[in-house]
Amino acid sequence: MSSLLKVILQRLGLGLLTLFAVSVIIAFVVELLPGDITEAILGQTATPETVAAFRKEIGLDQPAYIRYLDWLGGILTGDLGQSLASKRDISEFVGTRLSNTLFLGGLAAAIAVPLALLLGLLAALYRNSIFDRIVNFTTLTSISFPEFFVAYILILFLSVKAGIFPGISNVSTDLAFSEQFYRTLLPALTLTLVVLAHMLRMTRAAIINLLSSPYIEMARLKGTRPFRVIFHHALPNAWGPIVNVIALNLAYLVVGVVVVEVVFVYPGLGQLLVDSVSKRDLPVVQACSIIFAAVYILLNLLADIVSIVSNPRLLHPR
Amino acid sequence: MLKLFWTAPLSAKIGILTILAYAFVALFAPLLAPYAETAIVGGSYELWSDEYPLGTDNIGRDMLTRLIYGARNTIGIAFLTVALAFVVGGVVGMLAAILGGWYDMVIGRVVDILMAIPSLVFALLLLTVFGTSIPSLVIIIALLDSTRVFRIARSAAMNVVVMEFVEAARLRGEGMAWVIRKEVLPNIMAPLLAEFGLRFCFVFLFIAALSFLGLGIQPPLADWGSMVRENATLINYNDITPLLPAAAIAGLTVAVNFVVDWMLHLSSGLRSD
Repeated sequence: MSSLLKVILQRLGLGLLTLFAVSVIIAFVVELLPGDITEAILGQTATPETVAAFRKEIGLDQPAYIRYLDWLGGILTGDLGQSLASKRDISEFVGTRLSNTLFLGGLAAAIAVPLALLLGLLAALYRNSIFDRIVNFTTLTSISFPEFFVAYILILFLSVKAGIFPGISNVSTDLAFSEQFYRTLLPALTLTLVVLAHMLRMTRAAIINLLSSPYIEMARLKGTRPFRVIFHHALPNAWGPIVNVIALNLAYLVVGVVVVEVVFVYPGLGQLLVDSVSKRDLPVVQACSIIFAAVYILLNLLADIVSIVSNPRLLHPR
Repeated sequence: MLKLFWTAPLSAKIGILTILAYAFVALFAPLLAPYAETAIVGGSYELWSDEYPLGTDNIGRDMLTRLIYGARNTIGIAFLTVALAFVVGGVVGMLAAILGGWYDMVIGRVVDILMAIPSLVFALLLLTVFGTSIPSLVIIIALLDSTRVFRIARSAAMNVVVMEFVEAARLRGEGMAWVIRKEVLPNIMAPLLAEFGLRFCFVFLFIAALSFLGLGIQPPLADWGSMVRENATLINYNDITPLLPAAAIAGLTVAVNFVVDWMLHLSSGLRSD
């Protein structure tokens, strides 16, 4: 048990280190620009006085490491800096945005995960059957669809033609939960379709991989009933890969949310990010990036740890 | 080559023919299109008619013309990006496999950290700093994507560089470029080609998403992603025209995926399952 704890602590440390490295990259991306970010944002015609004032405003008059430490200290104490465009404190409005995004992502995950596991398991069990072929063909096709294509098809059929859902998901905190749920359902459905195919294919591959191992064949050969083979022999070993698949796809979902939010004008973090990129509002972009990156890294870390816990062999790497 | 085509499964055949059709449209766009790429030829949002086969867009440009030129711009830029990503990622990956040691270690860690940032978020951050021009778009996405190519190229080349013939070549004093080009590259070509198809799909969808967000290929260039964005309001009036460029994107990606699926099947030694 102590060696397990050690490995987990190691992974956590590695994750923190990665997060630190990523924060350095996000903070110093500005330095990559030949010349100066002020020139790029204000344009060539800006007077030296405006440039100087702007540099002071975003703190460019200080050495890089001090700026980084200020920024990092601010994030750790919940102060994300000030937006260039609206002059408001970022931490004021980023909170509701984040909770909206997490609500949308959570709803999508709640639909997609059970569905993907069930269909993936069935496709693996009835491999090469008509059902499996149809699933294979459909998922391969839907992986190839751009997210906005899926979104607009759903809008066209469920919102414009059938009129079941609103085509715009302008949720706000003063709405009742049921109304918020109803308005979030269509974007969540879009995300479900986007992530379902990946999750299903990975589940299917993981299960097939498992079912071809010798001990399963042994269990079959000695006459164990198929039901018992699956639940008693296969499933305990399948949890690792399955949870891994889920965590990886949740990480994918966190990023896939950006385009879907823009289509449905959903007031989440992704839309904020895209708006700020077109306004070149660098502090907001940096804040959103670090939040997205942190969630992404945490989910990947979770996948890593779960697969170690469920598979003791990984405790002793070669 | 043609013999191989006839033995392909139906989905791969359809895929190959579709890719050829897209390539044809992209190459001969000026001959096929009824109007000029950026010409305003009528009122905005005109309906489908003999004059404008698919209607006109938000500022009165012919939809069909934009769709045809869009093939050229959208596919061309994605192809250029993937090619660049493969040159960078492939060379660095093969070098890491051949040189090993601290070079391999350092590059490997850098790639690990770059891959820890979701690529869409990273791309948006970089585009904020460098601005959304086509060169910066191509270079940023190519560099981000080359990390994935690096992984594949390195792991594939790892298995080759330990072979006797590579060792023999190095012992008889061949240079690094020669070893990469004549010994390693031919032996990892098959997995790299399949990966090229997959990466193309990914980058193609990625650029389409960026253009759809208004941060990719900029107007007045015709491009499928931004065409969806510009005309999206039509969907609320039960008009499917804005879905056509999106369907064009989906069609090509599906086709490439079908071909890649078949290639992976081929390179895995024609297993019967």
